Amino acid sequence: MRRVVVTGLGLVTPLGSDVETTWANILAGMSGAGPITRFDASDQKCRIACEVKPADHPYGFDASKRVDTKIQRQVDPFIVYGIDAAGQAIEDAGLLEMDEATRLRAGCSIGSGIGGLPGIEKESLVLHEKGPGRVSPHFVHGRLINLISGQVSIKYGLMGPNHAVVTACSTGAHSIGDAARMIRDDDADIMLAGGAEATICPIGIAGFAQARALSTAFNDEPEKASRPYDEARDGFVMGEGAGVVVLEEYEHAKARGAKIYAEVVGYGLSGDAYHVTAPHPEGSGAFRSMEMALRKAGMSPADIDYINAHGTSTPLGDELELGAVRRLFGDAMSGVSMSSTKSAIGHLLGGAGAVESIFCILALRDQIVPPTLNLDNPSESCVGVDLVPHKAKKRPVRAVLNNSFGFGGTNASLVLKLVD
Amino acid sequence: MSDTADRVKKIVVEHLGVEADKVAPDASFIDDLGADSLDIVELVMAFEEEFGVEIPDDAAEKIATVGDAIKYIDDNKG
Repeated sequence: MRRVVVTGLGLVTPLGSDVETTWANILAGMSGAGPITRFDASDQKCRIACEVKPADHPYGFDASKRVDTKIQRQVDPFIVYGIDAAGQAIEDAGLLEMDEATRLRAGCSIGSGIGGLPGIEKESLVLHEKGPGRVSPHFVHGRLINLISGQVSIKYGLMGPNHAVVTACSTGAHSIGDAARMIRDDDADIMLAGGAEATICPIGIAGFAQARALSTAFNDEPEKASRPYDEARDGFVMGEGAGVVVLEEYEHAKARGAKIYAEVVGYGLSGDAYHVTAPHPEGSGAFRSMEMALRKAGMSPADIDYINAHGTSTPLGDELELGAVRRLFGDAMSGVSMSSTKSAIGHLLGGAGAVESIFCILALRDQIVPPTLNLDNPSESCVGVDLVPHKAKKRPVRAVLNNSFGFGGTNASLVLKLVD
Repeated sequence: MSDTADRVKKIVVEHLGVEADKVAPDASFIDDLGADSLDIVELVMAFEEEFGVEIPDDAAEKIATVGDAIKYIDDNKG
């Protein structure tokens, strides 16, 4: 069977515009949360978010580094973040100079949960105020979810599969899982895979707040708002950014002497078949997704050292996920560390699964697990599990599990491990 | 350079992300400034907004260079 490994990483997050800065800030226990600066949020129930910082910030994002100014004007920010993260991953993998034969076998699977919401909001107002003749000719293709994959394929000449997953907050994990299968099935040798999101705009914040999904109790203490498993948690904090990995067929990577971070060994998917926003009360979808990923990997729970949880900091979701993990892991629970990095960078929605997979890969590389911030008083059902409160923890990390769950009751789990 | 030319140039630089000195009167939007047909639609909209002129589709199709745009605007603005 064709094996799939990770050979390049790229990140744009609220804690950094590259992989190493973001990771150092995550391990240092920093928070990317703050008051919303993108727009006047004074009339919103939720007035905080984890924004990607501007270019003049110490770890801010300079869009001009990898994206033409013309394209920056035409497309929504989620596409800009996605193009940049994909560029970082290609550079990291040493694949900037691919010949035509290689590019014919290289593709993209970079999705988004929502897509170009800020641009849809803005152009709707143009339509309303100025009429249809003033709507931008770039409106449609500047907002479409598959246009990260489209733009990246054009920029780097990637002629293999061109795919984009849309499964809400599971998007990033499904993107990597699907892309790994494409390599395994011999559709491609190289896939850029990941997800991006940028929906910190009035209608995005209002919509999630009205769905009672966002934290609203910590508007004056933004850094304390994202607190998975903590008693005082009251909803997620919206993040933004992108995560993209280069997946590559193992022999292909070895033959060119590529640096190999990890192997994608398991991928599980399931549906809750229960409710559009609420998770299944027994966490059955989460359980089956994780179980399938482990089965595909040929591994047992005792082989997993770290779980990067979905753990969004919502009252219902965190405990249901943890309950499902407990049931699946049984006695192996005592050996595993589980944390939610959403406590630091917020919830990147369609980008989350990809960004968090990269944190898993870095945990494998550095043999350290990132912390769950603000976990001062764990909820009763969360006691007795190593949720890595407050501080990163050095420990052996041989294999990791990453969970992502989305609206619609869609679940994805990935298992990654160091290459033997 | 006329006032119209200055303002046209500013719009072109902003929309196409090109160096200002490349935006000469004889520069072709497509061949010299890297625009595609949709970029031209967008530029025409920006000219209409800036100068309060209406540029119908058949006239817009004949605007190929920066100079064509300046001339059309000067001939038609109120």
